Amino acid sequence: MTGEKLAQRNYYGKALAELATENPNVVVMDADLAGSTKTSDFQKVCPERFVEVGIAESNMIGIAAGLAASGKTVFASTFGVFATGRCWEQIRLGVAYPKLNVKIVASHCGISVGEDGASHQALEDIAIMRSLPNMVVIAPADAYETYAATKALAAYNGPAYMRMGRADFPTILEPDVKFEIGKATVLREGADVTIVGCGQMVSSCLEAAESLASEGIEAEVINMSTIKPLDRETLIASVSKTGCCVTAEEHSIIGGLGSAVAEVLCESACVPLERVGTKDTFGESGKPADLMVKYGLTTEDIVVAAKLSISRK
Amino acid sequence: MPETEYTLSELENIANKLRLHVVEMTYAARSGHPGGSLSAADMITALYFKFMKHDPQNPAWEDRDRFVLSKGHVAPILYAALAESGYFPVEDLLTLRSIGSKLQGHPVRGKVPGVEMSTGSLGQGLSMACGIALAGKMDGKDYKTICMLGDGELQEGQNWEAAMFARQAGLTNLIAIVDRNRLQITGDTEAAVGLEPLPEKWKAFGWNVIIIDGHNMRQNLEALDKAAAAKTRPTVIIMKTVKGKGVSFMENNAGFHGKACNDEEQQRAIAELQAVIQ
Repeated sequence: MTGEKLAQRNYYGKALAELATENPNVVVMDADLAGSTKTSDFQKVCPERFVEVGIAESNMIGIAAGLAASGKTVFASTFGVFATGRCWEQIRLGVAYPKLNVKIVASHCGISVGEDGASHQALEDIAIMRSLPNMVVIAPADAYETYAATKALAAYNGPAYMRMGRADFPTILEPDVKFEIGKATVLREGADVTIVGCGQMVSSCLEAAESLASEGIEAEVINMSTIKPLDRETLIASVSKTGCCVTAEEHSIIGGLGSAVAEVLCESACVPLERVGTKDTFGESGKPADLMVKYGLTTEDIVVAAKLSISRK
Repeated sequence: MPETEYTLSELENIANKLRLHVVEMTYAARSGHPGGSLSAADMITALYFKFMKHDPQNPAWEDRDRFVLSKGHVAPILYAALAESGYFPVEDLLTLRSIGSKLQGHPVRGKVPGVEMSTGSLGQGLSMACGIALAGKMDGKDYKTICMLGDGELQEGQNWEAAMFARQAGLTNLIAIVDRNRLQITGDTEAAVGLEPLPEKWKAFGWNVIIIDGHNMRQNLEALDKAAAAKTRPTVIIMKTVKGKGVSFMENNAGFHGKACNDEEQQRAIAELQAVIQ
């Protein structure tokens, strides 16, 4: 079911390079990591609207706010830990509070960053960005959706955060997939359990559904690529049918997708919920695949969680 | 744009009127930051009533000069200048810090006509001003961006990130103004974490440095004109000031950094200011 392995950041760079000609208001910023975040693809075709700030993320966000206040559509990128944690309060005051048109797009999110270790593995970024009023939070499921989301963000006037992984990982959507902010998609229908994923875990959710099907369990899989605003209707409609839920994210279970789903379920559709994600812990250095196993982020972990959730109905 | 060409003495008089507003606003709110508002009053007057191109009837005018108050806690002096310039009714000033008022404790973009950026958390305004100045360069506009900073605020490292960037990006259209009143909440800036030699720091970061007496209107105006004429570097005006300037018992008194007058003090403050207002 999975396609070619592609890195999300390459498709972010591709979309930015197209935006250079499509939208004269777009300005792209980076903090010494353009080659890694792929904002360098924009820089190559539009150096006059590319801003290198050096290793100074807080300053980058302040400058982004000033540019946006002057009519620019700003994309500011670096690694996830630095893009959100290093300058969270700058984002709060300069971007979120006055609702300025700044898109913070981070690469190298999640534990699959691998060998760089915990200092570079953003596992709290969704939580801290989701807590900011006016902030949209997006975690696309693959490279194709990243491309579409980048274009959607350029057309959206307001603050947003988008997270991307580092590695190549399987594409699961069509190359021309459409993306609408705040709209989840049901990728597979089923009546026994709802599995909600974001980012690269969506591909594992689909694999888990295949595995469950071989045991006669029909899982419904939702790609919740917008975590804020959360698509409550799609979620509630699904769990009303299945009666239980699993979330899967390459992020802490505290404050991320699992928490966002839990908030909706507790308020509006109380069903058993199991959360797959890192369990209140930092990561460590290692090969991405080994880390995904050690920290409980595999297809098998989702399968186990699904069965547990069903058993609690 | 201001239609009146004020004389120096008229500008000095406006500065004292703004001071009176500050004292009345903070007294009405029973809170706020009078000390740093009063030290900045003369420069704020020079900016809004003489130097800056701006149009209170059209706050979004594309070619306006932009002012960013990085030391956002002195919102009262900014609000007073905006109201006296005609951005909103002077009567609104007494709603400072009250629930539902546009005049929040610290300035908010989008709430108050004429406020360019939301500030209040120190150390961020200069970065924002860099972004506005950079947009001006990208768009071929000739507006100036002016950012006023507190001196204690320069202990925030982000200012120096912004200072490096401004030089790198050639932001000659950017003017920073440091209100060097030498007092922060805990007292003497040099006793907290010293800033001196401050001019040398800015020079080392690649800026033109102009040092003035911030309570001398002629020096304020001359420094701004000189900064506006800069061709190769951004300019910082370090203005030596007295915190609480204009109200005797507030002068050089860190206690009035973030505290309004009590009833008795208020009578004295008003009497002192009214005595110098023409």
